[in-house]
Amino acid sequence: MQVANKLSPFFENLNFERDDNTMVINFGPQHPSAHGQLRLVLELEGEQVVKAYPDIGYLHRGIEKMAENMTYNEFLPTTDRLDYIASTSNNYAYALAVEKLLGIEAPRRAQVIRTMLLELNRVISHLFFIATHALDVGAMSVFLYAFREREFAMDLMEDYCGARLTHSAVRIGGVPLDLPKGWLENLATFCDKVEHELEHTYNALLQENRIWKMRLEDVGVISAEDALSWGCTGPMLRGSGVKYDIRKEEPYELYSELDFDIPVSDRCDSYGRYRLYMAEMKESIKILRQLIPMYSKTEPQLMAHAPQYISAPKEEIMTQNYALMQHFVLVTQGMRPPRGEVYVPTESPKGELGFYIKSEGEPYAYRLKCRAPSFFHTGLLQEILVGTYIADVVTIIGSTNIVFGEVDR
Amino acid sequence: MRKYVPKDNVQKKAYYTDRFHVVPRVPRLAVEDAHFVSVVNAVKADIIESYVEIGTLVLHIKPEDNFKVIKALKEQCGYTQCSEQSAVDYLAKDNEFELFWQLLNVSEAKRVRVVCRLANGAAIESIEPLFKSANFAEREMFDMFGIKVNNHPFLKRILMPDDWEGHPLLKTYPLHGDEFASWYEVDKIFGKEYRDIIGPENRDPSKIEREDTKRFSRVGYEVPFGAEYSEEKQEIEYSDTFLVDYNKKPSKILDERR
Repeated sequence: MQVANKLSPFFENLNFERDDNTMVINFGPQHPSAHGQLRLVLELEGEQVVKAYPDIGYLHRGIEKMAENMTYNEFLPTTDRLDYIASTSNNYAYALAVEKLLGIEAPRRAQVIRTMLLELNRVISHLFFIATHALDVGAMSVFLYAFREREFAMDLMEDYCGARLTHSAVRIGGVPLDLPKGWLENLATFCDKVEHELEHTYNALLQENRIWKMRLEDVGVISAEDALSWGCTGPMLRGSGVKYDIRKEEPYELYSELDFDIPVSDRCDSYGRYRLYMAEMKESIKILRQLIPMYSKTEPQLMAHAPQYISAPKEEIMTQNYALMQHFVLVTQGMRPPRGEVYVPTESPKGELGFYIKSEGEPYAYRLKCRAPSFFHTGLLQEILVGTYIADVVTIIGSTNIVFGEVDR
Repeated sequence: MRKYVPKDNVQKKAYYTDRFHVVPRVPRLAVEDAHFVSVVNAVKADIIESYVEIGTLVLHIKPEDNFKVIKALKEQCGYTQCSEQSAVDYLAKDNEFELFWQLLNVSEAKRVRVVCRLANGAAIESIEPLFKSANFAEREMFDMFGIKVNNHPFLKRILMPDDWEGHPLLKTYPLHGDEFASWYEVDKIFGKEYRDIIGPENRDPSKIEREDTKRFSRVGYEVPFGAEYSEEKQEIEYSDTFLVDYNKKPSKILDERR
């Protein structure tokens, strides 16, 4: 282990050539394929990896510590910074955990909007995955096409909440805003566009592409037992043949009313996972299409009615004295949930995103633990990288779809 | 007189609590679900307390039984995934940690939380032989709380640097870091003797020093970079090359995205 100080600065490859003929290289933390700040210490024998050690923590901001020092509503925008590719899913996972703790439920219209935003975020995240994964493997044009479509999805998010990346589009107890005029029509157009592009651009470019298949097939094979044991969730688990999707098995929001399939792949390799992401995007489009007619059938209420925890709507605050008093107390002191603990899992685009909250009845959470899917997928790297070739390392990292905002928290 | 601040919990507290405020508790229901009853029966001998809280079965056990109970849950009850494990700091109140393991049964879609109380300074047995996800999770628990884990293959700090002092998620650890944390970079890069020269880190992102001419300038009182701050009005003539008159040609606003 090197200890760098002012007298002996850091040398990148101190033991470049060791006695046992293995070479130690640092992959990252500034490598463009490291998806943020992953430092991967690889021990190579020739071109083969004999030992891999993922070193994380370069993006550690102490989000769990911050949660203990912020009121529940204050903390919500911080969750944007977890998985910053699809931040609404983090907002939602956190809001749902607090709602379960409080024992309240969002009104129907808020549920429709939330489910729409969640699926839109899934499309955004999966498009980003296809784009960066293809770019890592060497297919540049897919990146450009996928980012074009992602940009349209981000425009939709911007129309709704004003932000492109850090949405904070969900509140504890509902959503802050109704959909703007013409948003649903734009969403329908977007669905058509993405569906068309999925078939005619990405699939046409990648699915039967000889180089793409050679780079992905039988690379990064994870057996079902390993995937379960290493805590893999989401596409990583379903890519190993385990059909488990929290939206289906432990349904939340409107997922129990919607008709959609859970794609599974038993190939266990990167190619299977890539096909899974493509299939999941199609399912998300299917869900979005079902949600559009559901919106008009709902009442206009957006936030749950629970005066003890949730502020009244703006009109009431401006007209009624008691609502204003309640709002003042909630803003200055924060809500005080009952004493208890809760763990709520949700299916974020990356996998199982869960929040464990321990409340002691104070306005500050006594302990908040964010169960981030990417954290466990990073742990898995130390096993699946062993025995692979250095050229496949980038493919495997790309295929795990890790985002360092939520690995390091 | 200085305001009393408890040293054992330096996290933020409510500044006002109603005298008559009674904190309710999330209901703890009796175990009635058929699957959960079978789970409780399978590990009955080692359970101190069991109840259902918000859809999750919670099993309280003794810390020395953790491997045995979790192994039984994995092998007899089908809990094949350990979603999460971590700890809660109760040192100030009970001088104990509360550890929890969140387990998932994939075929039944049920979740169990195994909870135990571990005395301060005691070590817990690693469940890494059962669930490999515990490898990273236990390292994080060690890093954040300093809880030692026996028989872990590689117990080492994971998020904080290897040479860090203190465990950040303890209630005694302040939010903005302690003395060691505030001088960490300076000590490491330049050495302790440079503390006076470099000075403490500015933690206020909106801090403005009007005397600092390296980072700030006052309109009309500009001086060269790093020069002495001056109260004299400066006459500066800007050349046309740098000043673009945006009013000359009105900008075009598109009706929709191209």
